[in-house]
Amino acid sequence: MATVPEELAYSAEHEWVSGDTDAGVVVTVGITEHAAEALGDIVYVEAPRVGDTVVAGEVCGELESTKAVSELYSPVSGVVTAVNEALERAPEAINADAYGDGWIFKVELSESATDLLDAEAYAASVA
Amino acid sequence: MSDAALRSPLHAEHVALGATLVPFAGWEMPVRYTGDIAEHTAVRTAAGLFDLSHMGEISVRGDGAAAFLDHALVGRMSAVGLWGAKYTMMCTPEGGVIDDLIVYRRDWDHFIIVANAANKDTVIAELGARLAGFDAALEDVSAEIALIAVQGPRAEEIVARMCVRGDDDIHAMRYYTAANILLTGDIHAFAARTGYTGEDGFELFVAADQAAAVWELALAEGAGDGLVPCGLSARDSLRLEAGMPLYGQELTRDTTPFDAGLGRIVAFGTAANPRGAFVGRDALLRAKAAGPARVLVGLVGDGRRAARTGYAVTDDAGTQVGTVTSGAPSPTLGRPIAMAYVPPALSAPGTVVGIDVRGRREDMTVVALPFYSRAS
Repeated sequence: MATVPEELAYSAEHEWVSGDTDAGVVVTVGITEHAAEALGDIVYVEAPRVGDTVVAGEVCGELESTKAVSELYSPVSGVVTAVNEALERAPEAINADAYGDGWIFKVELSESATDLLDAEAYAASVA
Repeated sequence: MSDAALRSPLHAEHVALGATLVPFAGWEMPVRYTGDIAEHTAVRTAAGLFDLSHMGEISVRGDGAAAFLDHALVGRMSAVGLWGAKYTMMCTPEGGVIDDLIVYRRDWDHFIIVANAANKDTVIAELGARLAGFDAALEDVSAEIALIAVQGPRAEEIVARMCVRGDDDIHAMRYYTAANILLTGDIHAFAARTGYTGEDGFELFVAADQAAAVWELALAEGAGDGLVPCGLSARDSLRLEAGMPLYGQELTRDTTPFDAGLGRIVAFGTAANPRGAFVGRDALLRAKAAGPARVLVGLVGDGRRAARTGYAVTDDAGTQVGTVTSGAPSPTLGRPIAMAYVPPALSAPGTVVGIDVRGRREDMTVVALPFYSRAS
């Protein structure tokens, strides 16, 4: 059973967001363990670039596994401040540690995130 | 998961191993146990264990069984020797592929046909419709038979160790032949040196109620050789690297064996060794003479984004000229690979085509199939 850490917020498209989600804050974004397990071994991540503007609910990249490909949605709106460069060579970090080394990008929020789920609601949505 | 999904006799073993189960052709089957790439790599370097119990098995018996199959299928089954196996197809009268099959000759008057799970009922109905006038009887034995495959360079040693009688036969067995063996636990198995991975390997036909014992035996005997259970995801990436077609993707009722580059399996006979009529013969003769309007090719990409089933193959103007039938990032090659139907003019190795990968063009180069061949 995939874990759903209590302290994170979640989107319906299976991304997680760390920390406060008020305007001006920098948050970290990744995909959930549930999403990583459904995709299988991830072999390629196309993440947004530093400086890109991302919009909550819109496609900002893609994740490719041997079995399937999935679009990456931004769970928040803002400007990308960092991307996880290590995923270029080691995308399997997402399967191994979805909530840690498998983080994908960081965003400085241009507005407060309002449509995110708490852990309990997300866990219920994938049960 | 639908309550109506069929379950393999190995369902409890899959659950105990923590497999991810998915709906597949009306069955609930393992897509993976641990990870797709680890399972794929195990088959290339050591061995993998597959539950293929969803496949359909059809018994054809009778003095007229060989003549009947010569009529119903595109290959000449009467020419298959005792304990031989043959890759063949059933076609429509128009030459379209109804299913691709492996036929095993268990006795002079007894054949076992292995059909794809999704096509099994269609194949049985179509065989029944072609049976009139032949002294042969059909029986669907799918529910009684479990099919377990051991594939990979260590498969021969592992299957030989599973035997109490027949290990010499395992070592001596040539590719696409079969034998009756006796496994530890007094379990009878019909063992065939066939597979769908591009590696050496065996497919073991056993009674469904002995499947669990055979599965556990294979895991125990293979553990020291690196054998791991493998799911449908690894099976698909292995067969794609081996350039093997999958029904519903490379093969459909709208394709002929010639389109798929498999015209060699259609036996028209020769002047010295003539063959009578078979279903689809006239249409297939015309298809052979006309040459294919489209050609199944292998494609390798330079980028990282993989072509997937149904994606458009485009020319330099961006116009669709073909369609991808299968595609994935190849675990062995480390690059995206695909099979696609393209016009003959774009089928020469070295030709660069565009693939519309979700709105963005990726270049791929035509290569000869297969993408991967085992060292022999």
